[in-house]
Amino acid sequence: MTQNEKAAAAKKRSHAIMIIVLVLLFILFIIPFILVVINVFKTKGDILSNPMALIGEHGFTLQNFPEAMAKMNFFNVFKNSLIITILSTILTILVSAMASFVIVRNGKWKFCSGIFALMVASMVIPFQVLMVPLVSVYGGILGVLNHRITLILMHTGFSVSMATFMFHGAIHTNIPLELEEAALIDGCSRWQTFWKVVFPLLKPTIATVTIIDAMAFWNDYLLPSLVLTDKSLYTIPIATQAFYGTYSTDIGLVMAALLLAMLPILILYLFLQKYIVAGVTSGAVKG
Amino acid sequence: MNRNTFSYKLKQVLMFAGPGTILFFCVVVVPFVYGLYLTFTSWDGVSPNKPFVGFENYVAAFQDSAYWIALGRTAIYSIFAVVFINVLAFALAYLVTSGVKGQNFFRAGFFVPNLIGGIVLGYIWKFVFNRAYVALASAIAGGQVASPLSTTGGAMFCLIFVSVWQYAGYMMLIYVAGFMSVSDSLKEAAMIDGCTPSQAMRNVTIPLMRSSFVQCIFLSITRCFVVYDVNLSLTKGEPFGTSVMAAMHVYNTAFTYKKYGLGQAEALILFLVCAIVGVTQVVIGKKGEVEA
Repeated sequence: MTQNEKAAAAKKRSHAIMIIVLVLLFILFIIPFILVVINVFKTKGDILSNPMALIGEHGFTLQNFPEAMAKMNFFNVFKNSLIITILSTILTILVSAMASFVIVRNGKWKFCSGIFALMVASMVIPFQVLMVPLVSVYGGILGVLNHRITLILMHTGFSVSMATFMFHGAIHTNIPLELEEAALIDGCSRWQTFWKVVFPLLKPTIATVTIIDAMAFWNDYLLPSLVLTDKSLYTIPIATQAFYGTYSTDIGLVMAALLLAMLPILILYLFLQKYIVAGVTSGAVKG
Repeated sequence: MNRNTFSYKLKQVLMFAGPGTILFFCVVVVPFVYGLYLTFTSWDGVSPNKPFVGFENYVAAFQDSAYWIALGRTAIYSIFAVVFINVLAFALAYLVTSGVKGQNFFRAGFFVPNLIGGIVLGYIWKFVFNRAYVALASAIAGGQVASPLSTTGGAMFCLIFVSVWQYAGYMMLIYVAGFMSVSDSLKEAAMIDGCTPSQAMRNVTIPLMRSSFVQCIFLSITRCFVVYDVNLSLTKGEPFGTSVMAAMHVYNTAFTYKKYGLGQAEALILFLVCAIVGVTQVVIGKKGEVEA
């Protein structure tokens, strides 16, 4: 064998080992999901007697789904999660893009740079520090809890700083001032310039912020659980928590509820996987 | 119209930045300041008056041994979780950038746990540990095996295990971006100079990826220190309150025992500890950063 052939053979061998390691790790990563999927089609007795069996002794059953759906009020909580996630994401993008635009273009003004510095500094504050005062101000003093709009505005307020930070970077580096000046000379107002020239150019950042924030809003538990205590307003994570509290012994129903809670985002991931991975990567690296 | 007057500029700033800034102030700045005030009261969450008690809450927080035990437990949990998250994430990133077939598929697969909220993940693993693991281990051992969640050390182990599984895929993406940023020509140059692949990795690639390490470690520290969702669903602090993390202790103090002032003081201490650890790590990490 020549030197080159030896190197090629060694490379092939190391690739084979890597693939084996990857496959093993991959199985370890998805095994909990597989266990949920195989057990969701079994009766309660079959799950308890052998959770590892592919099919239960009493055969294949679909009855866990309708029962869990009804008890969890699935369509209602799904609708709540959807409304809250969509509106919070849109609102976050609109107000953050607008704010970052004026902050970049008036960067020398202390008022603007001060707000921006405050926002960046606030990103290190964990939610635990804000939850008690938040509940006492909006629950105790103002009494505005248990409205979807309250949660939407709070979600927006919490994510404004991160989103503004990302839009700030995009406008600062990617959008030439000359472009705006041209639009202003052509008779656009600042408002029109922003919406017709700047905002469309922010598409890549809008996509990143949408993915990061929508996922965070969809999965958030602590804040929604403090704001929405009325059962009819529950989101998927709160409903899952409440469901487990009531039916934890009815393991078949629990499996169905957990699968239902995961399904929407997993289906979305199947189609948008490339964009989600790209969005999260660029968001994580910039943030 | 003059675009340079003060009033014009102010109007512009208020129009564009107003909505975002108002919301930000309403839910972040005002509650933060109000929270500071709450730590000096003994409010129970219900009564209209909030009696001023000075530094009593801070004294009580320092004397609350359950809180310090929870904080110490959180530190231990964070150390293990942060180390294993980053080791696994780095290994995964190495494997999925080495040019093997289907690496995009693996990348997407390892990320899946991050799509799902901590509450759901915790209950899935609770089922795995309590049912699947017990059934399998009992069959192998030939007798009844207890669930790891029912023992003190076991519950902590499960919590660390699930956190590593949960975050490794996310950190992997950051390390992947780090690997991609190190140009191949540098590695090739090192190999031509006589480096073995592992030497090239140790002396060229890893030093150039320092900022990825700093970032991943910072993110994992700040997330682990305030872990709540998985803690609530997977162990709920059981058995016998031996897996209560700091964030859960704060929640219970404020909302279950209705000691809002004390809970807020403990939350602030948690924040300070977390911020000091995180910032120290970033400062140390940034010091040795090198440019290609």
